[in-house]
Amino acid sequence: MFSDMTNPLPELLTTLITIAVVVGAIPGVCNYLILLERKLSAWMQDRIGPNRVGPKGLLQPLADGIKLLLKEEVIPGHVDRILFLLAPGISVFTALLAFAVVPFGPVGEPGVPSFLRFIIAPGIDIGLVFIFSIGSLAVYGVVLGGWASNNKYSALGALRASAQVVSYEIPLGMSVLGIALISGTMNLEQIMMQQIEGGILGWNIWFQPVAAVMFFTASLAEANRLPFDLAECEQELIGGWHTEYSALKWALFFLGEYTHMITISLLTAILFLGGWHFPGIAEAGGEASIISWVIKLGVLLTKALAFICIMIALRWTIPRFRFDQLMELAWRVMIPLSLANLLMVMICKHFEFSLWWLLPGSAGLFAAWGSISASLRAAERASRPGYVKQQQGAATAAAGSAH
Amino acid sequence: MSETTKKKSIRWVEEPELGFWETTFVPAVLKGLKTTLRHVTARKTVTQQYPEVKPELPLHYRGVHRLNRDEEDRVKCVACMMCATACPANCISIQGQAAPPEWTDRDKFPKTFELDELRCIYCGMCEEACPVDAIELTHIYDLTGESREDLLYTKDKLLNVYDQTREDHRDPLRTGRGVLGPASEFVDLPALGPATSVPENDRSAKSETAGVIRTTGREGQQ
Repeated sequence: MFSDMTNPLPELLTTLITIAVVVGAIPGVCNYLILLERKLSAWMQDRIGPNRVGPKGLLQPLADGIKLLLKEEVIPGHVDRILFLLAPGISVFTALLAFAVVPFGPVGEPGVPSFLRFIIAPGIDIGLVFIFSIGSLAVYGVVLGGWASNNKYSALGALRASAQVVSYEIPLGMSVLGIALISGTMNLEQIMMQQIEGGILGWNIWFQPVAAVMFFTASLAEANRLPFDLAECEQELIGGWHTEYSALKWALFFLGEYTHMITISLLTAILFLGGWHFPGIAEAGGEASIISWVIKLGVLLTKALAFICIMIALRWTIPRFRFDQLMELAWRVMIPLSLANLLMVMICKHFEFSLWWLLPGSAGLFAAWGSISASLRAAERASRPGYVKQQQGAATAAAGSAH
Repeated sequence: MSETTKKKSIRWVEEPELGFWETTFVPAVLKGLKTTLRHVTARKTVTQQYPEVKPELPLHYRGVHRLNRDEEDRVKCVACMMCATACPANCISIQGQAAPPEWTDRDKFPKTFELDELRCIYCGMCEEACPVDAIELTHIYDLTGESREDLLYTKDKLLNVYDQTREDHRDPLRTGRGVLGPASEFVDLPALGPATSVPENDRSAKSETAGVIRTTGREGQQ
């Protein structure tokens, strides 16, 4: 990548421009994602949604931003001031830092002007590891915020968040290890390019469908999104760790959350759905023109937007998990499954079987998921006091009616 | 199960067994998404654009009060204090005054009639209690004021509300009977013996109209 090491100035300038664009664009994008979420949720609930500011409510994010900027910054007297002020910063900082290695467009494609790079730090060979290490730092913002608030609800929320993130780190990391093994690299651009060169049948989702579902689920839990938002659940914890936050500091937490959502969606699209590749629209090795790279950029961003829409739809569809269900899903279902999935990929790679064996193998894994969950549920029911098995109940009923 | 719990009226319900698909959450999630997305695609909005579009209120809606006028534009109220007594929020205060002699159909009328719209809970008990249908609740729901005094409705304000709403189809005059209302028609009721003693010189003791307790006359007929 650093071909012109003798003159690092253009490289530096490009990087600075990219950083400026990303840091400038992400808050705006996040604001409009919030508008999208409000609109979609309104439509799902037969409401209209924000429609007063600007045409069709399109200036609502601006009004929200101004409101949050001008609101009074309340810092309660009982908080630990330093940590209290540090927490939202950490939240945003880590979310933006993780974004540094995520390609958000066609990287290094012919035709793209040299000053447009679509990734802040290109050629990071530990891209995946970097994202997960930084992403798990994000929980520090939550934990510090909850602890510094000096409030039992915030502390409970932080406690839940730390337990949840620690649990879901494992399936999250292990579900993408299979991809790393298949691709032989952790560089996101190379993972993307390998899939693109394979065409639509080269997309990783064909080889790792269960891993894709697990990755998406675990990243929802990582981002504290519903149905896994136990850390901030309004009904029990009054917002959890951000109970005591107001105005801009509260907005920073949400900026962090929505940046996390963008990162997750882009990652899902890049890791499992072939990045900017789409058959018939954006193929590898096209002619180098402005139209081609704009289309590629559009395809990738559309895929990411689709995932964001799914996340929003899920949030307004499914009720929140119970905490024991959450932990059970992580420790008893997803961690064993991701391990088995990893083992499957290892066997496939070692004995040089066709990667297509992974597809029926994943179906088997899914069957194992269902069976494990069903048996867990049955065991939980049987352990309840006063539980009468249905067969026994039916037997007694039959015996009773015979008399 | 013990013998005592085996009654026929008790139905024992077990929670349904969760099978393979239910425990993977997949069908449930898809079903839920189908429901929510159906609402997005085939949307029947229930939101009313309030300040631009006014809501259609039911006829029995209980809003701001009014004091009705009779056919001679006098206040219908006879200052009987029934509404003030019935009011659970204690928001009505009335000062009665002897009616002028030319008002032959009533003894008293309200000198002042104050109703605190901020204290009122809009239960409609005053309307129920009023024997002459003088106080009624209208459809007006968007009441605003700049001070507490603004919302302390006096007799004039309450009569103004009547003037504003008398033509409104949503606030029909509920009074159809008699000049003053249903209570003014009870002229033929036999007077009963006194529940409490009434001074002989009290005006009510000499009155011939119904509802007045008197000591002489028809006790033997009962």
